[in-house]
Amino acid sequence: MSKMPNYISTTNACKLCRPLGAALAFRGIEGAVPYLHGSQGCATYMRRYIISHFNEPIDIASSSLSEKHAVYGGAANLKLGLKNVTSKYHPQLIGIATTCLTETIGDDVPRILQEYAKEEGTGQTLPLNVHVSTPSYAGSHMEGFHGAVKSVVEQLATAAPTKRSINLLPGLVSSADYRYLSEIMQDFGLSSTILPDLSETLDGPALMEYEKIPQGGTPLAAIRGMGGARATIEFGRTMNTNKHGSGGLSLQEHFACPNHCLGLPLGIGETDRLFALLETLSSRTTPHKYVQERGRLVDSYVDGHKYVFGKRAIIYGDEDLVVGLTAFLAEIGIKPVLCASGGKSGLLSEAVAAVTKGILGADEMPRVLEGMDFFDIAAEAEQLGPDLLVGHSKGAPLARKLNIPLIRVGFPIHDRIGGQRLLHLGYRGAQMLFDTVTNSLIEKKQNDSPIGYSYM
Amino acid sequence: MEATALKERESQIHRNGEKPFSIVCDKDSLAGAVSQRACVFCGSRVVLYPIADALHLVHGPIGCAVYTWDIRGALSSGPELHRLSFSTDLQEMDVIFGGEKKLEAALIELIDRHQPKAAFVYSTCIVGIIGDDLEAVCRKVERLKDIPVIPVQSEGFKGNKRSGYKAACNAMARLIGTGDTKDISKHSINILGDFNLAGEIWMIRDYFKRMGIEVVANITGDGRVNDIRRAHGAALNVVQCSGATMDLANMMEEGYGIPSIRVSYFGIEDMSEALYDVARFFDDPEIMARARELVQEEVAKIYPEIQKYKHALKGKKAAIYVGGSFKAFSLVKAFRMIGMDVVMVGSQTGTKEDYEELAEITDPGTIIVDDSNPLELSSFLTEKEVDIFVGGVKERPIAYKLGVGFCDHNHERKEALAGFTGMLNFAREVYSSVMSPVWHFVPRNSSSPGDKS
Ligand code: SF4
Ligand code: SF4
Repeated sequence: MSKMPNYISTTNACKLCRPLGAALAFRGIEGAVPYLHGSQGCATYMRRYIISHFNEPIDIASSSLSEKHAVYGGAANLKLGLKNVTSKYHPQLIGIATTCLTETIGDDVPRILQEYAKEEGTGQTLPLNVHVSTPSYAGSHMEGFHGAVKSVVEQLATAAPTKRSINLLPGLVSSADYRYLSEIMQDFGLSSTILPDLSETLDGPALMEYEKIPQGGTPLAAIRGMGGARATIEFGRTMNTNKHGSGGLSLQEHFACPNHCLGLPLGIGETDRLFALLETLSSRTTPHKYVQERGRLVDSYVDGHKYVFGKRAIIYGDEDLVVGLTAFLAEIGIKPVLCASGGKSGLLSEAVAAVTKGILGADEMPRVLEGMDFFDIAAEAEQLGPDLLVGHSKGAPLARKLNIPLIRVGFPIHDRIGGQRLLHLGYRGAQMLFDTVTNSLIEKKQNDSPIGYSYM
Repeated sequence: MEATALKERESQIHRNGEKPFSIVCDKDSLAGAVSQRACVFCGSRVVLYPIADALHLVHGPIGCAVYTWDIRGALSSGPELHRLSFSTDLQEMDVIFGGEKKLEAALIELIDRHQPKAAFVYSTCIVGIIGDDLEAVCRKVERLKDIPVIPVQSEGFKGNKRSGYKAACNAMARLIGTGDTKDISKHSINILGDFNLAGEIWMIRDYFKRMGIEVVANITGDGRVNDIRRAHGAALNVVQCSGATMDLANMMEEGYGIPSIRVSYFGIEDMSEALYDVARFFDDPEIMARARELVQEEVAKIYPEIQKYKHALKGKKAAIYVGGSFKAFSLVKAFRMIGMDVVMVGSQTGTKEDYEELAEITDPGTIIVDDSNPLELSSFLTEKEVDIFVGGVKERPIAYKLGVGFCDHNHERKEALAGFTGMLNFAREVYSSVMSPVWHFVPRNSSSPGDKS
């Protein structure tokens, strides 16, 4: 469903621009430097935006186009920029994303890269490069992220000799989530390639010396081998694959590597689906550790169910995260009243219906709206009377106005520390979320009460 | 260690005392060098956005607007329209067929909704390319809605942040001269170049009030359209952060004969000097007497605590990297006041004269740098064994990753650092970072289990 009424202007957008997603994805590849082909401002703004969430350095290089380049084309600056990045950072890979400017002036990046390779490539090995087209006027940061992942596998993966490995394409999740996913794969005895992998590159330890390129990320050798994997698991019920394709589909098409598309494993229902698949792929039963995690989670659901039952939630942010969160909230007895995203996949409604099937009755379905900004969400909130907001920190002003708790999840978290350490996925992530949601509601009640109860 | 500066950048770094002074600046950023600079649009946005009762509409794709949504701490005592992020969110069809219609409709929609006193329309890079006629659309809506609708020519690639300041000044110049100036006292000023971060302009205004001076317009912290329209009635422009609003002061001098003085409100020395300079301008012994009294009173309030910090911080080392170099001067002095040594100082957009002056007031060996980048900055921090780094959000993780203290002195800060109280806050900020026990555990000061010997 599209938003109503359909305003022309956008106020306080609930989406980010497309190259930002691509830059984040590139940051999760070993030895890579993200590079924006455009003017300086875009790269600087995005760095600033990303830094405020992760509190980690992130260098994003830029072609620094000026007016004359905009008129005559940015080829020379792109080449010069690549040369400078190469000599300064010694990267293994440069991940190049375009911006609105270079898309509008029509720079043919693949052609320029070919020329560059011809001009510079003799006598020295250049770093690899991957390019992705990311005009922000045609898609948000999520399309940028998935587009970069797709470009990486299409431009780097080869028909490697068949390994027993599994490709895992989780999409944009937190560093803690990437770490946990890798732990799960290991515990199932599955060797895996997780692309990208932001577990170390955007959540690294304190250092003695500044690293030009942070440690960690998906190794290039592993990416090259992705064509030989046994299967791909890709998270994202709202990836519009008809329009944009996807990394998993590309691997399936080029290397006959079967693709399994699941929702983000948020909450018990969606996580069970992942574990069922992992059981099949590994021919093992779920390790005891996770059986216990799930058991504790169910136990806590029971302990806390009364505090959350019937509470009305507005969920907003990236579409796939919204879907997963809605699945989780519905299964603990919270009533999702609005699922909103700035994205426009056209698939949000369908996905929300799919994950809440059997839990929400037909008359309990939330309003599901794409292409929303925070002006629209605030207007809806006025009608809906929510008890809590669930989303990134850009909803903070609204939560404050409504005087209700905001459960901070996803990206960006600009008003708290540790956004990269928030765990969302799997049973463990659901446990964290459940405790946070429940305690926030209890705290709200406690604070609002004239009596200072010290028991629940 | 390998040289960290790109060869082409060497001319933009100077080590004080080693060679005769030389530095190259005002260059376009080098492709691929990860400059800390932003763009023209950013400069315009910084200057104009604190005008709280104006509509600020960013004409372009969504990113340019979304990355500047409420990122800075400019406070308003009334309307808060400036804290919202308005965009035309251009889509593919707009890029192909032009965005003028959408802009016009968005403007009308937003003006009807918010009833602003004026509207600023910022152009971003692609607007320059698709050739939308901003002037024409603005003129049309201005007639229709009967409020000033002013285009800001801030296409990102048309220079750097400083060109953005200029564009912002041009935009404000269109407002000035359109308001009624009777009833303005002869002892009156405009405050230019303070953005009311964390409420700073309220302090400054209070100082001037206590001296018996009327402030006509805040340009632009806690700014109001109608004040700016009558700013030409003031007797003097008091300009801080010369980079941002000096152009406007010059235009007002030319157009209305209003003289201007440059001041800084940062640090005891500069803050006092600012008040004295204004008193001197009005050449009124009473005003001067009140200024002296004020300075004495305020300094007495903060001095004892500052001494305490100075005692603790003596001999610690500071590095400075800020947007405009004017701030760097005050910071050098402020660090001196709390007993610290400045070992590196740089800015994104300083001029040659600025750097020359910096070289003069800093000690031998101090690194002076223009338009730096993370690799250089991190190598300077390590080389000079810095205790605290002063910069903005983009510089913070560089310091923290290396286990170096940090003080945010940029537009995003939430602590008032101007005025007398600001100096105390600054000392406190520096103290609370430098003296934290957490540095005991960072790799540069300690080993950790698992380290290979
Ligand atoms: S021009 Fe495009 S890429 Fe650059 S910040 Fe704006 S939306 Fe993002
Ligand atoms: S598109 Fe242009 S105006 Fe917008 S952020 Fe990028 S450089 Fe600045």
